[in-house]
Amino acid sequence: MTEWAVSLLILLGAGLMLLAAIGIIRLPDLPTRMHATTKSGALGTSLIMVGVAVYFADVAVVTRVIAIIAFIILTAPVAAHVIGRAGYFVGVPLWKGTVKDELQKNYDPQTHALKNGLEKPSANTKTQQKNRRR
Amino acid sequence: MKSNSDYWKYYAEESSLSTVIINLVYLMLSSALLLAFIRMAKGPSLPDRVVALELIASIVAGIVGVHAIDTGVSSFLDVAIVLSLTAFLATIGFARFLERGGPRDD
Repeated sequence: MTEWAVSLLILLGAGLMLLAAIGIIRLPDLPTRMHATTKSGALGTSLIMVGVAVYFADVAVVTRVIAIIAFIILTAPVAAHVIGRAGYFVGVPLWKGTVKDELQKNYDPQTHALKNGLEKPSANTKTQQKNRRR
Repeated sequence: MKSNSDYWKYYAEESSLSTVIINLVYLMLSSALLLAFIRMAKGPSLPDRVVALELIASIVAGIVGVHAIDTGVSSFLDVAIVLSLTAFLATIGFARFLERGGPRDD
C-alpha cells in the first residue's frame, strides 16, 4: 500500500518535471518559459519530497521534507518575479504573437522610470511648460 | 566486517519499491535534465540561461530525493536543502547583476 502511494507520488513528480523541461525547450520566449518551469518545477520537487516523507515515515525525515517544501514554495515565486523583471528591463525580445504588454506604455527603457498610469495630467503639462520656457 | 558489496546489498534490500518504477523515474528525470541543459547551452539570452539553471537545480533536488528512496539513506535530503537554497541565491544574484547592467556576453 505504502509502496503504491510512494510510486504514484514520485511518478507524478517526475512527470511534472519532465513537463517543465519540455516546456522550457519548446516555448518561444522568456515569460512563457518561466510560466512552464516555475510552477511545475516547484510542484514536481514538492511531490517527490512528499513521496520521500511517506516512504521513510520518520520524524526527522518528515521535518526536513516540510522544511524543503516550505522553502521551495516561498522562494520559487520570488525568484521567478525577480528574474522576469530583470529580463523585461534588460530588453529580452517577446514572442511575436504576444497579445498584451501592459508595461510597454508605462515603462521608459532610457530613463528606467516606471509610471503607474494614474499620474495627474496637469503635473505633466506643467513640467512640459517649464521645459518649453527654458 | 562487511565488504563494500555487502554494504550496498544491505541497502538494496532496504528499498521495497519496485526497481522498474525507480528506474523509470530516474529515466524521466535524466531526460528532463538533458532538455534543461540543452536550453541552458542554447538559450538566446542570459535570463533564459538563469531560468534553465533554476530548473536544473530543482530537477537535481528531485533526483536526490529519489536516490534517498533508492538507497534507503535519508541523510541525502540535506543535499536537497542546500541545493535549493543555493539555487535561490544564485538566481537573485544573477537578477541583480542584470538589473545593474553589468558587462555580459549572451
